[in-house]
Amino acid sequence: MDDLRDKYLGQIAEAADEAALEELRVAAVGKKGEVSLKMRELGKMTPEERQVAGPKLNALKDEINSALAAKKVALEDAALDARLAEEWLDVTLPSRERPRGTIHPVSQVTEEVTAILADMGFAVAEGPQIESDWYNFDALNIPSHHPARTEMDTFYMARATGDNRPPHVLRTHTSPVQIRSMQEHGAPIRIICPGRVYRADYDQTHTPMFHQVEGLAIDKDISMANLKWVLEEFFSAYFGTKVKTRFRASHFPFTEPSAEVDIQCSFEGGQVKVGEGDGWLEVLGSGMVHPKVLEAGGIDPAEWQGFAFGMGIDRMAMLKYGIPDLRAFFDSDLRWLRHYGFSALQVPTLHGGL
Amino acid sequence: MKFTLSWLKDHLDTRASVDEIAETLTDLGLEVEEVVNPADTLMNFTLGKVTKAEQHPDADRLRVCMVATDEGEKQIICGAPNAREGITVVVCKPGDYVPGIDVTLSVGKIRGVESHGMMASERELELSDEHDGIIELPSGEVGENFADWLAKNDPAKIDPMIEIAITPNRPDALGVEGIARDLAARGLGTLISKAPEPVPGTFESPINITIDDDTLDGNPYFAGRVIKGVKNGPSPEWLQKRLTAIGLRPISALVDITNFFTYDRNRPLHVFDADKVQGDLRVHRAEGGEQILALDEKTYTFEKGMMIISDDKGPESIAGVMGGEESGCTDETVNVFVESAYWDPVTIAHTGRKLKINSDAKYRFERGVDPAFTLPGLEAATQMILDLCGGEASEVVEAGAVPDTTRAYRLDTARCSSLVGMDIPAETQRATLESLGFTLDGDMATPPSWRPDVKGEADLVEEVARIASLTNLEPKPMSRATSGVPKPILTPMQKREQIARRTAAALGYNECVTYSFIDQASAALFGGGDEARRVANPISQDMTHMRPSLLPGLLQAAARNQARGFNELSLFEVGAVFHGGEPEEHEILITGLKIGATGPKDVHASRRPIDVFDARADAEAILSALGAPAKTQFARPAKGWWHPGRSARMTLGPKITLAAFGEIHPKVLKAMDVKGPAVGFAIHIGAIPQPKNTSSTRAALAISDLQAVERDFAFVLDADVEAINVVNAAQGANKTLIEDVRVFDEFIGGSLGDGKKSLAITVRMQPTDKTLTDEEIEAVGKAIVEKVGKATGGVLRG
Repeated sequence: MDDLRDKYLGQIAEAADEAALEELRVAAVGKKGEVSLKMRELGKMTPEERQVAGPKLNALKDEINSALAAKKVALEDAALDARLAEEWLDVTLPSRERPRGTIHPVSQVTEEVTAILADMGFAVAEGPQIESDWYNFDALNIPSHHPARTEMDTFYMARATGDNRPPHVLRTHTSPVQIRSMQEHGAPIRIICPGRVYRADYDQTHTPMFHQVEGLAIDKDISMANLKWVLEEFFSAYFGTKVKTRFRASHFPFTEPSAEVDIQCSFEGGQVKVGEGDGWLEVLGSGMVHPKVLEAGGIDPAEWQGFAFGMGIDRMAMLKYGIPDLRAFFDSDLRWLRHYGFSALQVPTLHGGL
Repeated sequence: MKFTLSWLKDHLDTRASVDEIAETLTDLGLEVEEVVNPADTLMNFTLGKVTKAEQHPDADRLRVCMVATDEGEKQIICGAPNAREGITVVVCKPGDYVPGIDVTLSVGKIRGVESHGMMASERELELSDEHDGIIELPSGEVGENFADWLAKNDPAKIDPMIEIAITPNRPDALGVEGIARDLAARGLGTLISKAPEPVPGTFESPINITIDDDTLDGNPYFAGRVIKGVKNGPSPEWLQKRLTAIGLRPISALVDITNFFTYDRNRPLHVFDADKVQGDLRVHRAEGGEQILALDEKTYTFEKGMMIISDDKGPESIAGVMGGEESGCTDETVNVFVESAYWDPVTIAHTGRKLKINSDAKYRFERGVDPAFTLPGLEAATQMILDLCGGEASEVVEAGAVPDTTRAYRLDTARCSSLVGMDIPAETQRATLESLGFTLDGDMATPPSWRPDVKGEADLVEEVARIASLTNLEPKPMSRATSGVPKPILTPMQKREQIARRTAAALGYNECVTYSFIDQASAALFGGGDEARRVANPISQDMTHMRPSLLPGLLQAAARNQARGFNELSLFEVGAVFHGGEPEEHEILITGLKIGATGPKDVHASRRPIDVFDARADAEAILSALGAPAKTQFARPAKGWWHPGRSARMTLGPKITLAAFGEIHPKVLKAMDVKGPAVGFAIHIGAIPQPKNTSSTRAALAISDLQAVERDFAFVLDADVEAINVVNAAQGANKTLIEDVRVFDEFIGGSLGDGKKSLAITVRMQPTDKTLTDEEIEAVGKAIVEKVGKATGGVLRG
């Protein structure tokens, strides 16, 4: 019996392919295989002989079957390995390109600003970009002779002959939206007004169109100290580091008192770093809303007061993301859009970070 | 507004440094734009003494000098003729930057002899043009700082110049005296008050002045006088230096004197050559059409109502704006008439703007000069003319009266705390206002005549807070508008913009922000470029019209990128387009533009030219993200800038257009210099109907576990039958069973013959209650063939 065992296990181990293996199976444990034939002989044995030979034969049969199965797997594996070796690809070849879209920094920063100020209860208000001269100037305490009108480098729309209204303007700030919102909702009110504004100027830091976000908070007892707190909270959240502000007296026709606001920064190696050092960078104009502006918005200045501020969105983006030239914002150079853009799913949220 | 430190010190007794003054000015709201301090460039230079000077062994004109310095004795080679033993000099050492020659010194060898620095001339230190020899000082110790020595002995040489920005509310700070008053109120020194002494006249003015009744509102008061026998010519050095230091060109004594008072006291004056004035002067309104040659040598034509100063000949001055050339004074002038008048700011602003004149006088009068200083200003100018030019002054002639600007506002000292959030003692508040020239009577504060900007109680608070310094303002938390979790604040439209934008980016588009105004030709290609949308004063010819569509801006961006060698582009923009020139005539769109191929050439041969179905797929993806109904109709034609055969509008019924998509018309591409293929879409994101059901609960989901069955059909049709009609007809064959119909093949011409095509569709049937039998499937198939045949004339392909 040991002969049989050695013979078949040896042959199974050497079988070259599945066909040879099948032949061995038939020869050994097939119906007429040698082991099967031996098992038939058991009937002719004495019970004592059978008791010895039976289990041995069964064990031999099991052993051969296991060897066949194991060899079959081994042969399959070898065949698969050979196929896979054939299938080798140079995976360093370029992959199929997936398009990578981007969000413009102006949109991203607008959403960042909105996320922070929404948490402080400011809603987003919008309005027309072509504005009447009343909403852009008069309502903001800038009468027709006021020097601020010329200083703002206003774009005017053409007026048809016979139309004697003052020409409409391309809004020079988003403040007209403040007036429209006050007229619509009254007080108390907290809004921000982001959007495009226009001034006739063009150099590295000025473009004839840029983006502004203005804030307005009107209530019974809002003071300039609250404004300073809101701005410091805002800048700290926006830049992700504690930012101090410095208020300097200034003048705007629509606020009184007025202040220019500087943020703390350092200027090392030509790079501006916000929130460190002992330098100051002017970033926004602000103040307590002028009584005449409240009146133009239909709000009683004897009862209500509050602050307003305005800053450049593009400039905020330049400061946070280290973008050097404002003009490039509007050039749509693909390299610029890819370099400074944001992925579609990078949605700014307070809980996820800005 | 520019001034020098020494000029400021005429009005302010102070020991403050330039830096302190500059910081304080900015903090007071008089923002410093520039400080030019000549001492800054001299900080490194120290005094030395030449102890020995010997002939250079190798050069006739050079001397080898031994110089005692703060760093010991140094050997310096010098070529100046006055370099000699015993003189006190200014030493520049190796490592120092010498501004006048723009060189940083190092130890050098001159003709074989080492030189450790140089002794400077005035020109080399940019102190003057003097370069005949090195500086020889009459005093000073070895090692003393040269800037310090100058400050003590010759301060005019290093007089710092300060330039500040003036906000429109502060005309008083357009005079050095007004600036000094602010600094004094802050405590940075004491204001030196100089009320001009009246100069008695010795004869009656031969030139009189009248103001027409209808002009008194524009020119309430006019004062003047003749000064005879003056000698004009260059003004004295001190005056020339002052003017030069602030960037003005000295012209002649008479002109320089008027400029001096313009900057010193914000009191513009005009000097007529009295011999060129015929008869008296009359201030009146223009009839319209009168002309004058002004001092800028340009001719201006008056509009009706503008103010003129005329003599018997005609206009001699654009009142309050610019004098006339004919009656202006020259070096030969001997008799003058000096004008000091008060002009109404609004009238001057309008005249100046209409005539496009930006003179110093107009700039000041439109902001408001001190009306009460009109006559004192004339007296001060008279005195200076007499001092500098000699002559004899007439009596003063006057017309009108100084307008009374007296008004008072209640000072509520608690207001500073409630409005600004700063607690300032009442006494301090009162003292601040008084130091600024306000008069207090009880709690009523009367602003000084030079502060036309103060118009209410809030202005008093502003003055108090400004002088106290807003840097002392402490932040104070603002309470939340509502307690608890903040409510969402975006409007549905704002959310749509965000979703549209981020979906487009996710689809591979790069967001652009292009200008809202474009050139007329490009605007016209997209239905714009008309007069209503024209900008009257564009900054360039490329930015003359408000954009009627986002496509031209994107196409221009594409052209620029193609010029840089980028030919596969997917660009989009979300923004306003303008349907007219009125505020309400605008609409927010998202527009995408795809150009070139699906990607760069690759080893997988996956690159193909983009086509209209790419644009439609992206439009549908965005519409779907925005919650637009899945079923839209396709309407033709789209607007004229699309390819007429390869574009459509996606509509909901006859009235609502949700979007347009298509290939860009080849003519448009050519005109805008863009290489195609180019496809795009434009989605009217505001046109999508708001969902009627605002509940967040979804409809119940009905799905069947029964096996769905798919069957394919191919129809032969006329080539112009639209696929959507086949799909709709098939779908209509059994509305309960047919879940989906998809076109999967199109074949045109060939064996079918001209004008024919074949469309193959897959129909998916989904039973809901029991498995379909062959007979049932057969019946649906027959119905489909019948319906499609009826609707389109198509027959099942054999």
